[in-house]
Amino acid sequence: MLETDERLLTWPKEGNRRVPYAVFTDPTIYARENDLIFRGPTWNFLGLEAEIPKPGDIKSTNVGATPVLLMRTADGRVSAVVNRCSHKGSLLCIEPFANRTNLTCVYHAWSFDLDGNLRGVPFRNGVGGKGGMPAAFDPADHGLERLRVETFCGLVFGTFSAEVEPLEAYLGEAMAANIRRVLDRPIEVLGYQHQVMHGNWKLYMENARDPYHATILHAFYPTFKLNKLNMDGGLVLDPIGRHAITYSKSATDTAGAYEGGDLRSMIADFGLADPSVISWKWERDDGISLAVQSIFPNFVIHQIYNSLAVRQIIPLAPDKTELHWTLFGYAGDDDELRAIRRLQANLVGSAGYISMEDGAVVGFIQRGISGDDTAESVIELGGYDVATSEGVRATETSVRGFWNGYRGLMGFEA
Amino acid sequence: MIDVVTRDPRRIIEDLHARYVRCIDDDRLEAWPDLFTDPCRYQITTRENVTRNLPLGLLECTSSGMLRDRIEALRRVNVYEPHTYLHHISSLQISPRDDGAFGARSNYLVVRTLPEGEMVLFSAGVYADIIEIDGDAARFRERIVIAESRRIDTLLVLPI
Repeated sequence: MLETDERLLTWPKEGNRRVPYAVFTDPTIYARENDLIFRGPTWNFLGLEAEIPKPGDIKSTNVGATPVLLMRTADGRVSAVVNRCSHKGSLLCIEPFANRTNLTCVYHAWSFDLDGNLRGVPFRNGVGGKGGMPAAFDPADHGLERLRVETFCGLVFGTFSAEVEPLEAYLGEAMAANIRRVLDRPIEVLGYQHQVMHGNWKLYMENARDPYHATILHAFYPTFKLNKLNMDGGLVLDPIGRHAITYSKSATDTAGAYEGGDLRSMIADFGLADPSVISWKWERDDGISLAVQSIFPNFVIHQIYNSLAVRQIIPLAPDKTELHWTLFGYAGDDDELRAIRRLQANLVGSAGYISMEDGAVVGFIQRGISGDDTAESVIELGGYDVATSEGVRATETSVRGFWNGYRGLMGFEA
Repeated sequence: MIDVVTRDPRRIIEDLHARYVRCIDDDRLEAWPDLFTDPCRYQITTRENVTRNLPLGLLECTSSGMLRDRIEALRRVNVYEPHTYLHHISSLQISPRDDGAFGARSNYLVVRTLPEGEMVLFSAGVYADIIEIDGDAARFRERIVIAESRRIDTLLVLPI
């Protein structure tokens, strides 16, 4: 791991309310993030237990730039290893999903069990007593690089860090509570989407926890009164502010704020010819119609009415990011709920009525900030602090919180 | 008097495909829903979801109203960088069904062009259709668009 280099960046003296655009463009910072964040003391989302139900099931994923395999071992445990043969570095599994009893490299057939132990080296003893591995070669020294793995409510997270606190402590009580709320029963994967955005990964992670843009950029939200800032709701942060939940309660909508103003977002004369895409059903009695939760650094889980999904960020380059959406329902859904979730899938994802714009705006920012490595963004809605904000979502406190967590890991002190 | 040649289902279906392409590529999207029955099924999904037997894709409309809503929303509500599509359709195969409609499969390729001129292969895949023919008028009862790649670049707003 590289030592933090003060010369890499001087953070603005204002702290979390200013972000130098260089963090979205500088390839050196991007490389450093892989070491200090993705391979650092963080828990990264790897997948759902429901995606690897059977012994031998494998899902290919990434933690930052590192290719990782999430696996179900023969005895039913969940494990994760770097998808890289310990001999010459080739990928061991090239399929997105597979089922195997072991991992055998195509190049020289080194083979590993699903805990990453080296089990076979062809010609280890040579041919006819000649060649082969030296006597000192010990397979125990050449296993695959393993990640620490923990599961919570069917979510699987992994970390390269031996020091980071256990997953539930990393999430904190408030974050754990909403995950328990959404994942309170067995789930079933309903579909995948993969969306490439032409912008830095942090632009999307800012976006996912930003309630300011949600009802302005995504005009579908206020137009159909699905989400408005005058509804009761709030932002819940962990103590550092790097994780956040933005939630709202649709039944508490009041007039004003959008009507008669100059916001393009509430389009009064627009009506749906077939409103079945926004017909929905209460599944809990807490009144929360929308909850979008971001866990630092790479994970989002949402409940938007009856639409349920997890989103995983995979950085591809300083200016390119892939977002994996896994849409799910509950295993016990009746036909009515299945039909509702199916139509509400129109709201989210790369073609979603209330989310497609994020793909565009991440690219607009990346293009907008090119050519000037001294400019900064301004993040002052709601003041300067980083704190839970019950009742008020006209604030960017959750975005400042993201930067508070980021700066701490990167050593970017103001 | 109707020319017998135009009663050839293959010719009628080829003409439906051509009109479909013209609606989208020539930005006459308001005429696009008229090429479907009501109710109907129009879904864009991926080979990944189909192979894994997963029901959800990228979008789905089950009525003429939902098709019209998609167009009205992209005209007035959704925000994106303006772009155009150029469709290429090939390898049309048709098969009569027991209910009098026709099954059809064809390959498609969509090139997307942005205002500054960037041109990319945005999507390629298969159309899996059920087409109703009434006289010499044909409409899609079902069009499942199965994109070959699981990735979508930036966003999907214009129909494929």
